Amino acid sequence: MGEHPHLLVHDKADNVGVVVIEGLTAGTEMLCVVTEDNSDFRLTAQADIPIGHKVALQDFAEGDTAIKYGEDIGKFVGSAEKGGHVHTHNLKTKRW
Amino acid sequence: MPYDATNKTVMAWRRENGRVGVRNHVLILPVDDISNAACEAVSNNIKGTMAIPHAYGRLQFGEDLELHFRTIIGTGANPNVAAVVVIGIEPSWTKRIADGIRETGKPVAEFSIEQNGDIATIAAASWKAKEYVQWASELQKEPCPVSELWVSTKCRESDTTTGLSSCPTVGNMYDKLVPQGLTGVFGETSEITGAEHICEKRAATPEAGEKFMKIFKAYQDDVIFAHQTDDLSDSQPTKGNILGGLSTIEEKALGNLEKIGKEVSYIDALGPAEEPAKGPGLYFMDTSSAAAECVTLMAAAGYVIHTFPTGQGNVVGNPIVPVIKISGNPRTLRTMSEHIDVDVTGVLTREQTIDQAGDALIEMIERVANGRLTCAEALGHREFSMTKLYRSA
Repeated sequence: MGEHPHLLVHDKADNVGVVVIEGLTAGTEMLCVVTEDNSDFRLTAQADIPIGHKVALQDFAEGDTAIKYGEDIGKFVGSAEKGGHVHTHNLKTKRW
Repeated sequence: MPYDATNKTVMAWRRENGRVGVRNHVLILPVDDISNAACEAVSNNIKGTMAIPHAYGRLQFGEDLELHFRTIIGTGANPNVAAVVVIGIEPSWTKRIADGIRETGKPVAEFSIEQNGDIATIAAASWKAKEYVQWASELQKEPCPVSELWVSTKCRESDTTTGLSSCPTVGNMYDKLVPQGLTGVFGETSEITGAEHICEKRAATPEAGEKFMKIFKAYQDDVIFAHQTDDLSDSQPTKGNILGGLSTIEEKALGNLEKIGKEVSYIDALGPAEEPAKGPGLYFMDTSSAAAECVTLMAAAGYVIHTFPTGQGNVVGNPIVPVIKISGNPRTLRTMSEHIDVDVTGVLTREQTIDQAGDALIEMIERVANGRLTCAEALGHREFSMTKLYRSA
């Protein structure tokens, strides 16, 4: 096995992925793997993002929907740039 | 080659009612909180027995009392238990619990404290406990099919790694073993919030799906909307979940549901601590998502091994059921590896497939069934937490 992925994406329809290494720093050209079909792509991290936290796979504006596991996991309440950090500061449940 | 459980056996105890147990406990079981001291004295007198102190059992009524009885009786009836000494403050509830356990055919003796006092009760109960533990110590294990095991699951300290690695590992195990006769269960009604429509679709029959949705709606109305003070953003996901990277309750629920795999469907929705009655297969149980409460309810329903995915690292155990922890979070493996039985960090580095991780979990289930102590057992975790539905009279 070669290089370990920096980012895993569950489903091809997802627009966010998960950092799976510790100490990811801004500027890293991440190896991203889609677990559904083992396909991969590259994406540059725009921030220092902790392990387990999400990265935007595209630019997002307020009101956009985040897709993970191929499902709706909430709405953007702030913007996020491609390669940027997605978390409670810009993403919220649609339930409440 | 796909996993074939047909000829797979573990060395375990075949109980009087035909169920398979993987531990051989002799319990000293209090009916109520005020009998804890006598039970602990007996277990201190007689080595190899275990008291399970708890906080309730007086002035409960209605459904809450029924759940109390079901939990205590179910704990004593669990196949991991060889024999039980029951101690309560008065004879009638004590007898009700002893008789409930007795239906399994295992040896049960009951003692009550009123008009006897602690000291005489402890002396009489100690004689019985000594007889039981010496009898149990000679019970022989025999080969029992892996498919006859009842294996439960719930996760805790979830993060995004649980949804990527440890939860689908459990799901893979169920996908392989449930079609071959295993009896499984998942629960955590609150943790399904945000994915209830998906959970409903995973029912084997429309009836099971409707039963699940009825339980889910009752939880929403009776617990959440009746008691909420804010929009729950502060508690669901929890602070630990958020630290781990989970942002919304939907994201948490979808990761949680990975535990039931991709193929199996649940055949019935159970009340808390309710014993499954529809034969082998996967069940849903209405439980709290608090680790110890949920494992306690599943153990009381008769499950003998618990599989517990964790992301940020939970440490829970149970007095009678071995709890197998699975984690794929490399930081958790680095900082608290003494709590993790199955390391699936390879799933995140793509050095291990979910299929291989599932096989590793099945292998650990077999080892634990054969007698290997889990991390939680070795570290002395014996959390027994009763679920209380409402306050006592």
